[in-house]
Amino acid sequence: MAPALPLGDEAPDDGALPPSVLDGADARAFGVYLHVPFCTVRCGYCDFNTYTAAELGGGASQVAYADTALREIALAGRVLTRAGVPPRPVSSVFVGGGTPTVLPADDLTRLLDGVRGTWGLAPRAEVTTEANPDSVTPGSLAQLAAAGFTRVSFGMQSAVPHVLATLERTHDPRRIPDVVRWARDAGLDVSLDLIYGTPGESLDDWRTSLQTALATGVNHVSAYALVVEAGTKMAGQVRRGQLALPSDEDQAVKYEVADAMLTEAGLHWYEVSNWARSPEHACRHNLAYWRGDDWWGVGPGAHSHVGGVRWWNVKHPRAYAGRLEAGLSPAAGREVLEPGSARLERVMLGVRLAEGLPLGELSARARRDVAGLVADGLVDGSAALGAASTPPRVLLTRRGRLLADAVVRTLTD
Amino acid sequence: MSPIPSAALSQRILPAATPPELLRNFCIIAHIDHGKSTLADRMLQLTGVVDARQMRAQYLDRMDIERERGITIKSQAVRMPWELDGTPYALNMIDTPGHVDFTYEVSRSLAACEGAVLLVDAAQGIEAQTLANLYLAMENDLTIIPVLNKIDLPAAQPEKYAEELAKLIGGEPEDCLRVSGKTGAGVVELLDKIVATLPAPTGDPDAPARAMIFDSVYDTYRGVVTYVRVKDGNLSPRERIVMMSTKATHELLEIGVISPEPNPTQGLGVGEVGYLITGVKDVRQSKVGDTVTNASKPAAESLGGYHDPRPMVFSGLYPIDGSDYPVLRDALDKLKLNDAALNYEPETSVALGFGFRVGFLGLLHLEIVRERLEREFDLDLISTAPNVVYEVTLEDRSVVTVTNPSEFPGGKIMEVREPVVRATILCPSEFIGAVMELCQTRRGDLLGMDYLSEDRVEMRYTLPLAEIVFDFFDQLKSRTRGYASLDYEPTGEQAADLVKVDILLQGEQVDAFSSIVHKEKAYAYGVMMAGKLKDLIPRQQFEVPIQAAVGARVIARETIRAIRKDVLAKCYGGDITRKRKLLEKQKEGKKRMKTIGRVDVPQEAFIAALSSDGGGGKDAKKK
Repeated sequence: MAPALPLGDEAPDDGALPPSVLDGADARAFGVYLHVPFCTVRCGYCDFNTYTAAELGGGASQVAYADTALREIALAGRVLTRAGVPPRPVSSVFVGGGTPTVLPADDLTRLLDGVRGTWGLAPRAEVTTEANPDSVTPGSLAQLAAAGFTRVSFGMQSAVPHVLATLERTHDPRRIPDVVRWARDAGLDVSLDLIYGTPGESLDDWRTSLQTALATGVNHVSAYALVVEAGTKMAGQVRRGQLALPSDEDQAVKYEVADAMLTEAGLHWYEVSNWARSPEHACRHNLAYWRGDDWWGVGPGAHSHVGGVRWWNVKHPRAYAGRLEAGLSPAAGREVLEPGSARLERVMLGVRLAEGLPLGELSARARRDVAGLVADGLVDGSAALGAASTPPRVLLTRRGRLLADAVVRTLTD
Repeated sequence: MSPIPSAALSQRILPAATPPELLRNFCIIAHIDHGKSTLADRMLQLTGVVDARQMRAQYLDRMDIERERGITIKSQAVRMPWELDGTPYALNMIDTPGHVDFTYEVSRSLAACEGAVLLVDAAQGIEAQTLANLYLAMENDLTIIPVLNKIDLPAAQPEKYAEELAKLIGGEPEDCLRVSGKTGAGVVELLDKIVATLPAPTGDPDAPARAMIFDSVYDTYRGVVTYVRVKDGNLSPRERIVMMSTKATHELLEIGVISPEPNPTQGLGVGEVGYLITGVKDVRQSKVGDTVTNASKPAAESLGGYHDPRPMVFSGLYPIDGSDYPVLRDALDKLKLNDAALNYEPETSVALGFGFRVGFLGLLHLEIVRERLEREFDLDLISTAPNVVYEVTLEDRSVVTVTNPSEFPGGKIMEVREPVVRATILCPSEFIGAVMELCQTRRGDLLGMDYLSEDRVEMRYTLPLAEIVFDFFDQLKSRTRGYASLDYEPTGEQAADLVKVDILLQGEQVDAFSSIVHKEKAYAYGVMMAGKLKDLIPRQQFEVPIQAAVGARVIARETIRAIRKDVLAKCYGGDITRKRKLLEKQKEGKKRMKTIGRVDVPQEAFIAALSSDGGGGKDAKKK
């Protein structure tokens, strides 16, 4: 079961964008997200839009998927041109899933070629694919690098077998140092994804996972609190009392432990759940989401944003393929942001970043509320005051990051 | 021979022309559930006033709430013909309210009668309120006819309870009539006995009219309908009358008797019971206990016994939806037309917004008013814990009357006085210990104790009304497995060591939770309320202390720990829209919260804290 799509307006069949998307388009980076909606098995906690061969049944096969996605890339090129958006080479590509590496490396190469052919890649563009540690080989990683991929993000999740078992991850944690080394040898930058707060995970288990990840010397770590999403197998296990719901307290402590250990090891937070050794190692595609840049999301259920218009594709791969075969936009719905919603999003996304949200972007009332947040220890006081070189901004403290949503509500009253 | 008088005989008992010796005025004293309404129904049928086709259960209880809850709030009077030994009689059955809150109304109903049927469930025996009303009737010199009802029940123990009644009112157990309102058994004999044993009313037919108001009801179409019992003289249609307490004069637009629907008559004479309509729109212009006389020939002295209803219990009533405040105001204005005892003033609360401080006769009155507001006016209400009225004397000798605990004065206090009641508790003797223990913890003084029978006992206590208002009846019922019954009447006031406990949220006082309690109970109240709020108020971004304080002294403290995590780890696949909508929803929720200082409190938390206990309405309902 995949997350429900938001409620929005009807999306036009031809995918046409309103003229408002042109405002400030020059200043925004343009990225492409490629969704691969397939996995060999589904993990118990996962509610992403992904399907195993068994779930999918006939039709909408993995084999034909790259061709279908290439149709959307072509459509995207036409839509943006027709809207008059100035041609922008792609500054980041992110292939996510699902498990992108269940597709043959050739297919991933063809998709990337499609992006390159439609818009061109910017110099030093960041091109990432997610990968399952047990679905890569030195050869496949080398092939990705050769095709133009620059970065790989491994779904490590944990180094502790019983935690992986609860998550129903099938990979062998002992492979992690190997796959990191192979990727590096292939010339790829590496990120490791971790999950904390899994039922049954002790604080020591979590430290072990962090240590294992850091021991590989990676330049980037993402650490996400486990969310038990409605409709997942895990939600059922929690409901039946087979698993304990992770507590906020436990997750908060683990976040603090992660931030301390990662910082100690030289990885600094640049977004609430992301740490990098230096700004160059930060995931630019990820930053584009929080900075409000433009990106086109290709694939079933993928979300896009271009100049204040957000839309999302139909969820099921078969419906998705059907729309594209009929020459129609696969968008299921969209919203053109009202000024109020846009302001809320700006604060909601901006405060999550270590670069902070300029105070000038807040309402006068919200600016006055910043003092209270500083007093509560949620916002950094000196950043809020600003200095000669840096204008005043809202920068969350460690405790503030854990309460980011509460801060946003305070600042958008 | 039918006991219903023939047409010829009926000519002798026409309203306004019935000689007093052919009249019998009586009421039925009974506990709720002891079958008064069913017996009344049977009498209406047997006297031919209502035929079987028209009969519906509890015919006389007009309001829906009354019928549903099986209790009678407003009394009425029905005139019924009856024949005994060839003589026609007119019987006036005056219905009495059966609850502690309406003692004054009961006393006025009793004053309109010469006799009372004491109706007791043959399976349960007499209850405390019945006993209290019986004493009231005996003080009024009423002739008592003891009757055991529900003798058809397998659990009936008529011998046992006949003995109990004989002991209470004197006489022999055999004098006790045995009836079944349900089957009709014994009801004819009861009607005969009413005629045979009750004294006829007496009065001076030539004197200026004096009629006592024993009830006053607002009717949407007719205005106020006033029920009277004529003592002296007579009242005629279209004449002008005077209300002796206010000297207000009105024209008698209509006068008549109820049988069982209103029948206009040529007037009412000595000893007769009936109704008046003058066109007034507010029951306050036609007060229970007042004396009506002729404007042209006014009586020199009223019948006496009149006093204004005095609110004993106060509670703040607030609409849950703040925008309903005008609806609540209009609703109270309407209810007031029919409820002389209801009074209210607007007040505001930091926690609850705009509402009213409402005075009630007692807990049942509170519960009835609240239920009518919710049901008839479609309001969702929250009520603060009921409290009594305190007289606070400050050191400068000035006296402050406190009807809202949050207005209890700070600073130097010389004395606080609180109302006390005389409570009567009836229970099986095995529970004497449990009742004594409860009354002791409620600051009660035992006045005396009597055995009604071998295994039933009557205990009399002086208790602060405030202790009864707070949860007493529930406690009494639970400690006696539901067997105890309670009645109380105000007897005055006493000085007591009372303090105000305030509840502070992050240093800010939450007015709705201030309470005036005995010094020795301040700590327990503080701990209880602070603990409750700790569980009900959601965690905030910062630590929130909850304190209970007497003056500046903190007596209890709880802490709501700061929330640790309130952030979504990621946006799934760039689904920013979903995250924003979630935030918007949270912001909406935040808007609906009340802010005390910096603490956001959902209104549900206040409601839960106020309603779980300490809300006295609940217990009154079961009486």
